[in-house]
Amino acid sequence: MLGNYLPILIFLMVTTVMGSAFIILGKLLGPSRPDAEKNSPYECGFEAFEDSRMKFDVRYYLVAILFIIFDLEIAFLFPWAIVLDEIGTFGLVSMAIFLGVLVIGFIYEWKRGALEWE
Amino acid sequence: MKDIIATFVSYLPEWMQYFWPEWFQYLISNVVLALIILLPLFIVVAYYTFAERKVIGYMQIRVGPNRVGPKGLFQPFADMFKLMFKEIIIPTNANRYLFLIAPVLAFAPAMAAWAVIPFNDTLVFSDINAGLLYILAMTSLGVYGVIIAGWASNSKYALLGAMRSAAQIVAYEIAMGFALVGVLMAGGSLNLGDIVNSQAGSVYNWFFIPLFPLFMVYFIAGVAETNRAPFDVAEGESEIVAGFHVEYSGMTFAVFFLGEYANMILISLLTSLLFLGGWLSPFPSLMGDSILWLFLKTGFFMLLFLWFRATFPRYRYDQIMRLGWKVLIPVTIVWLLVEGIAVYYKVGPWFA
Repeated sequence: MLGNYLPILIFLMVTTVMGSAFIILGKLLGPSRPDAEKNSPYECGFEAFEDSRMKFDVRYYLVAILFIIFDLEIAFLFPWAIVLDEIGTFGLVSMAIFLGVLVIGFIYEWKRGALEWE
Repeated sequence: MKDIIATFVSYLPEWMQYFWPEWFQYLISNVVLALIILLPLFIVVAYYTFAERKVIGYMQIRVGPNRVGPKGLFQPFADMFKLMFKEIIIPTNANRYLFLIAPVLAFAPAMAAWAVIPFNDTLVFSDINAGLLYILAMTSLGVYGVIIAGWASNSKYALLGAMRSAAQIVAYEIAMGFALVGVLMAGGSLNLGDIVNSQAGSVYNWFFIPLFPLFMVYFIAGVAETNRAPFDVAEGESEIVAGFHVEYSGMTFAVFFLGEYANMILISLLTSLLFLGGWLSPFPSLMGDSILWLFLKTGFFMLLFLWFRATFPRYRYDQIMRLGWKVLIPVTIVWLLVEGIAVYYKVGPWFA
């Protein structure tokens, strides 16, 4: 059974090597004539004022946290969905309760404005 | 696939079989098989970019590229060679290694997802039983390439594009994951071949009928995941120039580009496998199942990607987030509940 995964590892290696090979090829074939102006970060024609690792909106962080909650829940739903035929009423009801708790959390987020962007 | 490996090994000259240890034969034959999938994929990607320019051209009542070769057919190769001979510029303040690794990180998972795609009953590189989980994992990895590219470039536009793109991909991934759960409930397996086979019958048995909302959500989320118009704020050429890949040139840019287009084809192919019965014929009494059906269905969704770009204006960022969180996710949750009840009562031909 695990034997099926070995070709996938080889496939992953092939794609990684391929991606790297393209970049190395580009390095080898392309010219390299650096100068200060060309290598400066792009900023609409003027010099960069400050470092570009600037502050960013905290809502991005919030989205990341919400993502973890929901993605984890999808991970829980995957095995449940496969065996739904076999676990019958008990499985359906317990997942309905689980989803219900999640939906309450989701409504709370919504009402608190965690999903607002303006 | 095992047979193909065995056939391939038997074609090797005898002295090679003698000198090469068994693991090396195994490795080489798998690499060759991987290339059998990947090289045609490159050709498709190349001509997909060409088709995009042509299709959008005709939609805007112009001709599109028509100079290189007959009817412009050699255009993708001309582009490829041009990119190959362009300088790779690494900005002074950039983090050199991350800057060069990022395109590979965006490209390799997009390609690696193809390892478990079944093209018909038997033609699959690796028929693992957790195929869909693997695909979900691989398509999720692509976001690392984007965010590392944006951060390593040390450019404001790149950082803005990467932040936007990451938040957007992450938001739509949830809707996409929920849609996949719906498919799993109906198909009862993580193996893509089994999912297709559980849709056997006629067009009436395909999952897009009982799962229609999830089908729409999946494709819309797929368009958003690949940062395509109308959700292309990550690139947003009229506001942040090119977003996360503004500092990339030459082959580093080309690798991002290849990854993005391979992802678009992957989403199209997955939509047809999961919801439209893959290689199954819509009217089995009239026409047999064939890989050509799969290509036809995939081609249709690939055309939709181009059509969207020519038709829709770009969404504003708050509209994108609203659509993802407040429309698609509630729709999927409600439909999962409906489907759960339908599976419980074994409704129709789909859940029986």
